[in-house]
Amino acid sequence: MMQATRDEWMTVAAARMLRDRCVCFVGIGLPSAACNLARLTHAPGIVLIYESGTIGTRPDVLPLSIGDGELAETAAFVVPLPEVFSHYLQGGRVDVGFLGAAQVDRFGNLNSTVIGPYVHPTTRLPGAGGAPEIAAHARETFVMAKATPRSFVEQLDFRTSAGFGSGSGARERTNARGGGPRAVITDFGILAPRPKSDELQLTALFADATVEEARAAVAWPLAVADVIDTLVPPTDHELHTLRALHARTRAAHAQAVVLPVGAKTRVSP
Amino acid sequence: MPLTSLSEAIQAHVADGASVALEGFTHLIPFAAGHELIRQGRRDLHLIRMTPDLIYDQLIGMGCARKLTFSWGGNPGVGSLHRLRDAVEHAWPRPLELDEHSHAGMAAAFCAGAARLPFGTLRGYLDNDLDHVNPRIRRVECPFTGERLAAVPALNPDVTILHAQRADRAGNVALHGIVGALREAAMAASRVIVTVEEIVDVLPPAMNAIVLPHFIVSAVVHCPGGAYPSYAHGFYGRDNAFYQQWDAIARNREVFQAWMQRHVLETADHAGFLASLEKRAA
Repeated sequence: MMQATRDEWMTVAAARMLRDRCVCFVGIGLPSAACNLARLTHAPGIVLIYESGTIGTRPDVLPLSIGDGELAETAAFVVPLPEVFSHYLQGGRVDVGFLGAAQVDRFGNLNSTVIGPYVHPTTRLPGAGGAPEIAAHARETFVMAKATPRSFVEQLDFRTSAGFGSGSGARERTNARGGGPRAVITDFGILAPRPKSDELQLTALFADATVEEARAAVAWPLAVADVIDTLVPPTDHELHTLRALHARTRAAHAQAVVLPVGAKTRVSP
Repeated sequence: MPLTSLSEAIQAHVADGASVALEGFTHLIPFAAGHELIRQGRRDLHLIRMTPDLIYDQLIGMGCARKLTFSWGGNPGVGSLHRLRDAVEHAWPRPLELDEHSHAGMAAAFCAGAARLPFGTLRGYLDNDLDHVNPRIRRVECPFTGERLAAVPALNPDVTILHAQRADRAGNVALHGIVGALREAAMAASRVIVTVEEIVDVLPPAMNAIVLPHFIVSAVVHCPGGAYPSYAHGFYGRDNAFYQQWDAIARNREVFQAWMQRHVLETADHAGFLASLEKRAA
């Protein structure tokens, strides 16, 4: 059995939660790796949508950006970005959305905007992007984020995307059509909302992780499910597939770009 | 005949204080035109772009902007835009006003602008803090169902600047690949400048292609490699290695300024910029 890193555990755990043929709105980073691992293993019919407008894309290497040419070349088709958000996401055509964040709270609300006050932040983060509406409209969302007491916090500095709001059914009183976070996949295991209260609780651990480790990584008093699953370690096939994908990606991203030779530099008017 | 040089196009159409959208979602980002704005020393610009990317990091770091309308301000797959962060966190080299949205909100604002409607609506900005910090995100009641929807004011840039694969000699522009919201940004603008990889006698037939007709295009500039280090599908790929290298260049003010001095301010045009990086487009 090959030894897996925690990043690989997270990626494999997320990939296994994806059903074949589901329509999945993908983000860059671990989600992109997870979705493509699912496509290359148990879910060959998964439909991957990147917000740049590429639909049904089957990249051979992972994109560095959300709009790499690889995504367009291997897509079933490409639509303008406003259509991705209006026709597909707001239109209710997306089954699964992936989200990441700098901060997560106990109800799965997310911050990707600022650390510190908005007007004078100590750290300005990239911001919302597609996240608020993915969080609102995908039938279910998966959050992927590494846990430390600074990232899994009692109180968000800013709420960029709503999960279950203040809990206990608060989400249903908004206009959000999607179901909210089904799971938070982190580097010790999985948190999932507790029925009725909507508060995230520990439901599964990676084989080499412990409840104590989970509690130490979360700033709020972490609730624990009655039964905690132990996740099956990544198989050799999953790890081989994932590592080969990353190796192809590293090689592709290191390649120097050569502009086409033969183009004239300027045409006189 | 709108065919002109890049320096003439920027001179003629972009004034200090203008609202300017350089669009293109990862693909077709008009770097050459952005560099020309920097060379000509434009000031007090209201920059508009869904994903500011490296070109706005450069414009902001060089002090060209007073305001930024945006929805995601990072270096995709790499991390922060350090010049944008420095402007927001430390007002360096000058304070930057933010008009911050989500992608869906900004797309709706461009669509409304293109249709010359006063605002765009979406079922968005639900139960989050964005509308608390941006008074331009408001609510409107559906007159038919009573549902409260988010409303964002239309975006109508003074000038939209794009890069595209090709144009014909009459100034019709055709582009393909990942197009983001650039069609909407063009239709929403008062003036449109487009740099292109090639000028052709006749555009290839493509019944449902994205075409910007000559009567909305103010100037066309032949500028091979004009999207580099972004890319032009069918001509050259995105230089992901450069995007990764930019992190170290932009992290430090002095390193950034020296880089801009050497590669942008001291080069006469985009061919000179590419030559300074030893990228050949000739």
